[in-house]
Amino acid sequence: MIASVLGIDWQTLADAVGLGSIYALMAVGIGLVFGVLRLVNFAYGQLVMAGAFALALSSQWNWPLWTGILLCFAVVIVLSLLMDRLVFRPLRGQSPAVMLVATFAVAFLLQSIALLWFGPLGKIATSLAFLNRPVTIGNVDIRKITFVATGTAVCCLVLLVLLLNRTNVGLHMRAAAMDFRTARLLGVRANRVIAVAVVISGVLAAIVAVMLTVQTPLVTPDFALDNTIVVLAGVVVGGMNRLVSATLGGFAIGFASGLLGGALPTNQSQYLPSFLFAAVILVLVIRPGGLFARSGQTAVERV
Amino acid sequence: MRLRAALVQLSGPVVLVAAAALLGTLVSHATQTYFINALVNVAIVVALYLFIGNSGVLSFGHISFVALGAWTAGVLSVPLSEKPAIMPQLFHFLRATTVGNVPSLALAAAVGGAFALVVGLPLMRLSGLAAGIATFAVLEITHNVLRYWEKIGPGVTTFSSVPETTGLLQASVAAVIAVIAAWAYQHSRFGRLLRATREDPAAARAVGVSVYRQRLIAFVLSGALAGFAGGLYVHLLPLNTETLYLDLTFITLAMLVIGGATSLLGAVVGALAVSGVDSFLAQAENGIHVAGVTLDFPAGTRIVVVGALMALVLILRPSGITGGRELSIPRRGRIRIEFGR
Repeated sequence: MIASVLGIDWQTLADAVGLGSIYALMAVGIGLVFGVLRLVNFAYGQLVMAGAFALALSSQWNWPLWTGILLCFAVVIVLSLLMDRLVFRPLRGQSPAVMLVATFAVAFLLQSIALLWFGPLGKIATSLAFLNRPVTIGNVDIRKITFVATGTAVCCLVLLVLLLNRTNVGLHMRAAAMDFRTARLLGVRANRVIAVAVVISGVLAAIVAVMLTVQTPLVTPDFALDNTIVVLAGVVVGGMNRLVSATLGGFAIGFASGLLGGALPTNQSQYLPSFLFAAVILVLVIRPGGLFARSGQTAVERV
Repeated sequence: MRLRAALVQLSGPVVLVAAAALLGTLVSHATQTYFINALVNVAIVVALYLFIGNSGVLSFGHISFVALGAWTAGVLSVPLSEKPAIMPQLFHFLRATTVGNVPSLALAAAVGGAFALVVGLPLMRLSGLAAGIATFAVLEITHNVLRYWEKIGPGVTTFSSVPETTGLLQASVAAVIAVIAAWAYQHSRFGRLLRATREDPAAARAVGVSVYRQRLIAFVLSGALAGFAGGLYVHLLPLNTETLYLDLTFITLAMLVIGGATSLLGAVVGALAVSGVDSFLAQAENGIHVAGVTLDFPAGTRIVVVGALMALVLILRPSGITGGRELSIPRRGRIRIEFGR
């Protein structure tokens, strides 16, 4: 098995691509909201967690699969709209640090509500477990979810690019991301653009919830917390200024953590987060504006 | 006259700490632990304030200095005879050395400061989001390494057998030391220069202030205070890596923000107020009787309430309870001129 590319087997490579795709979707969700609101949503993982609990509950109630997924989408979208209305809107115009701390608070609030509601042991979402079965190509086993995740991510990104480039709302969103005040002066309706961004980011969170419950069927209150921290790091490492660079950053960090997980010897695999975050620090110190940011267009100032 | 104003500023936080300590002597032994804990929280939040409040740069990484301080003081003060049983894989020099309470706290501060220097040298060049994420990365790495590297500590298991020397007296003296250190710093030349960079980095640079160097100085001092607070903490309760991770990061940041991040008074008020609410709810989770009513909240209520409180304060009063101001006595017959804001 351990053949070919740099001593990394194909299975690890496929898993890394799958993880990268899921992280790329989360990165888009975080990046879209950042684009219009200049707000880094630390509570994004808790949206995913809420969706995952919806899936787990519906599989516990023996609902058919599609109603479970529908419930998941409904819960996540309603929650993200509520979050926008109750927290993001009153905070509009505050400094990025204040908003980041506020979403930090929201994240802990939602997590502890889940803890009160469902208990620390969590629930199991089994309805999509069949996606964990492998498909054999040549002599390599690749889990179906890897294909599904990669395929879904590619579809979502293509749809999003079409939306941003071919529709009026997309044009408004790009304008708002470039310069919110000027966009408003020219007739872009702020609340509408923000609502659209929040809903799209919610839809992506719901999709991620479905994917992640396949990989980790046990849904606990801290579900997706670690992933969100990693994705946030990836988004900042990639470059928050443009959606493309943020997405690439998300994919890169997912891919890197998948590869590292496969490449590290077993007795060192527990140090995976250290290696990953050391790389994050290294990149931030060398290129604070982002790895994939265009040169001469850095948002983050170096002292 | 300026000295008088400065002393008035110092008196606010010190009186609050002393009041908490005095109140702590009046209650039962079990309740006293909450007061001691609150005073240790004051030390941690003052350490956070020294950097975040004065520089305006967000740091999610300070709990890693607290953790390192706790590890230093903890490992070094477990009695020699018990070390092989609790921490069998410890480095030889750590296994062979045990120090007393005060030296262990001093060493905790030294290690916290040294680690902050190592981390700060590259990271203090960053601002804004990049700084936030990079300090978060430091927290992740520290947590990960302390959790699995059993040559420098107990790993995943909880610290036991550390002498519980942090009583009410030690905690209050330590909180006052932290407050005085932060006060002295913010009235020093360095503190003023750093505050200038917070208000307007471009203007500060234009008059020749090195933003990088001022931030680094504050970061190291605040790392040392955080390490010191970690030493106090490990002498108070049995800790493990999970106690010194995201929850503590969240709750201490919440304390700072709720109190008012840009003043020392705010840091102390926030730490004491949130600790008070938190301890009350912690007791309520176990069931208590208040005014004839039995309160029994389910576990987890604490963070719900503190999280909601923090979100509310941020929305309604972004500069905190104190509004980010220090204590001052207005003088009659003089026009007060306020700069900034």
